[in-house]
Amino acid sequence: MHFANTLRVALRALRRNTLRSLLTALGMIIGVAAVITMVSIGSGAKAQVEAQVASLGQNLITVMPGSFSSGGMRGGFGSSVSLTPEDADAIAAEVANIDGLSAEVRDRNQVLANGLNWNTNVNGVGPDYPYVRNWPMESGAMFTEQDVKSLGKVCVIGKTVADQMFPNEDPVGQTLRIRNLPFRILGVLSPKGFSIFGSDEDDVVLIPYTSHMRRVSRRTSISMIRIQAADADKVAQVKQSVEDLLTQRRRGREPDFTVRTQEELASAATATAKTMTGLLAGIAGVSLIVGGIGIMNIMLVSVTERTREIGIRLAIGAHGRDVLTQFLIEAILLSSLGGLVGVAVGVGGSQALSSYNGWPVLVPTTWIFISVAGSALVGIISGFYPAYKAAQLDPIDALRYE
Amino acid sequence: MSPVVKIQDLHKIYESGEVPVHAVRGVSLEIQRGEFIALMGASGSGKSTLMNMLGCLDRPTRGTYELDGINIDDLDRNELADLRNQKLGFVFQGFNLLARTTALENVELPMLYGRHRKFSMDKIRERAMHCLEIVGLANRFDHFPNQLSGGQQQRVAIARGLVNEPQVLLADEPTGNLDSKTSVEVMGVFQKLNDQGITIVMVTHELDIAKYCRRNLILRDGVVVRDELVADGTIAEEEMQRIKAAEAAAKLTLQAKSEA
Ligand SMILES: Nc1ncnc2c1ncn2[C@@H]1O[C@H](COP(=O)(O)OP(=O)(O)O)[C@@H](O)[C@H]1O
Ligand SMILES: [Mg+2]
Repeated sequence: MHFANTLRVALRALRRNTLRSLLTALGMIIGVAAVITMVSIGSGAKAQVEAQVASLGQNLITVMPGSFSSGGMRGGFGSSVSLTPEDADAIAAEVANIDGLSAEVRDRNQVLANGLNWNTNVNGVGPDYPYVRNWPMESGAMFTEQDVKSLGKVCVIGKTVADQMFPNEDPVGQTLRIRNLPFRILGVLSPKGFSIFGSDEDDVVLIPYTSHMRRVSRRTSISMIRIQAADADKVAQVKQSVEDLLTQRRRGREPDFTVRTQEELASAATATAKTMTGLLAGIAGVSLIVGGIGIMNIMLVSVTERTREIGIRLAIGAHGRDVLTQFLIEAILLSSLGGLVGVAVGVGGSQALSSYNGWPVLVPTTWIFISVAGSALVGIISGFYPAYKAAQLDPIDALRYE
Repeated sequence: MSPVVKIQDLHKIYESGEVPVHAVRGVSLEIQRGEFIALMGASGSGKSTLMNMLGCLDRPTRGTYELDGINIDDLDRNELADLRNQKLGFVFQGFNLLARTTALENVELPMLYGRHRKFSMDKIRERAMHCLEIVGLANRFDHFPNQLSGGQQQRVAIARGLVNEPQVLLADEPTGNLDSKTSVEVMGVFQKLNDQGITIVMVTHELDIAKYCRRNLILRDGVVVRDELVADGTIAEEEMQRIKAAEAAAKLTLQAKSEA
């Protein structure tokens, strides 16, 4: 018998039991749709994290106080967990292939202007900061090295702060009070959005780190140093040099700092997303297996129920192999049609989720192929035993079957 | 001309139960082309067993069977299937049509199998339609079995049996599930086919059905005890007219009664 005939026979058999075929395929549809949706959510999250890591800047290296090298953060009494502005200066002076560098002191403060007040992040940074963070000004200009040296009472503000404090006017040139000290606004940063940790990056006021340490927070150590390497292939070398320099500056004390490249940060951040994706896809995969078992079950019932049909076919000249192929094709059609519909449902579902919940979803094409091929495979595996059973029937027994 | 069916000393012993059943005990038989045979006998006399062997659905325990010059002993399972497909047509007592499948698609079924014919779907459809015409059901081609009467279903089954132009049409109690009027209808189809030269072997335990055939074989306990030509056979067309006349008369009397 031609393949086309077998296909026709299988299609007719499925059509004879449309409702049952649909219900059976539903198992596959749900399984595949679940896989596609889960993977889409997972890879959407991963892509978002990657984008956010990229938004940190380019070829970035960060130095943070505290050592993460031996089982969590070390510190406590006696050990001075500190990173100083002098460390930053030393790096700027001695390490080669650095494009930009900024010390950073972080704090939260109440700021006042215009009779309005607002609780925001007040960060002390260097003049290179917008450059290092790849974060251009929207209007006005960044403060300068001179302002840092002179402990200038100047600031630039993020978009959120600008919108909150100066809803109807241009903030540039206005005064902002931090701890009751007037800071002149030199510029407004362009909007940046949310960080990896979900906080609003634009909710920020940047002042010279020297002013921050002396006038606002009265701290002696800084929160971090951001360094931009000159080139992507210089990152590792710069990191090494920074580590060497800081170690040397500590003169044998245990290292109380951590140097991380952007890639390390990215892989740490995406690792979670990857684990989540794997987990979700795993759960969805289980539903695929359940779908497969459903198909096997229905095919077994179908073989028993259609014993007479099989008898008729064998009596009028079907070979065992014809019957085997027919049932196998039925199973494969059920599962792969289910798989195709499942892909459509999954893609539609993740688009709906994305537009409804605002979740970042990304439908990976490879997974579409994987799920369609996977569902066909499930069809072959779950259809084979029932099909084999059908093919082995004896025509007389099958015809006599009630 | 050589006989289309030639069996010699055929035996069938069923070993499946606790005691072996010797269902057919040495049947020898020759069937010529164009014959119309009724295989008769009481229930359990081995009619179906013999038919299954004639139909190449079952192998004899002993004896030889040549169908159209081919010794079936030499054939494997698939070759037997091909032989059934090409040389035999089957009509069963319970019609055995595929449910929820149109009359036409049921008739097409044998053409979907078989190694040697590779017809186009159009050709398959055309031949199936032609066979439905022969049994007078062309106008019902798109009906499902449950939309057809028993006699019509059996005629669809006959059309299916004819579609591969078999050497022999085998029917095991084709009228067993039918009332007397539809039985006549089906026998009429058989007679028409036989007039066109098709060889038919059918099983029946009803004497008046056997009268439609030309030759009667009577089986008892697995052996042929009588083999005779039918002298005063019934002609289905005449019988049908008689039934219709009787029906009309019955209607008239019924009417007369209700008017009275
Ligand atoms: N598959 C079988 N296994 C065992 N015995 C069988 C089988 N088929 C038929 N028989 C026995 O063989 C004998 C002949 O049966 P069968 O050919 O069906 O008779 P008929 O069709 O004339 O009624 C009966 O005694 C029946 O019980
Ligand atoms: Mg019988």
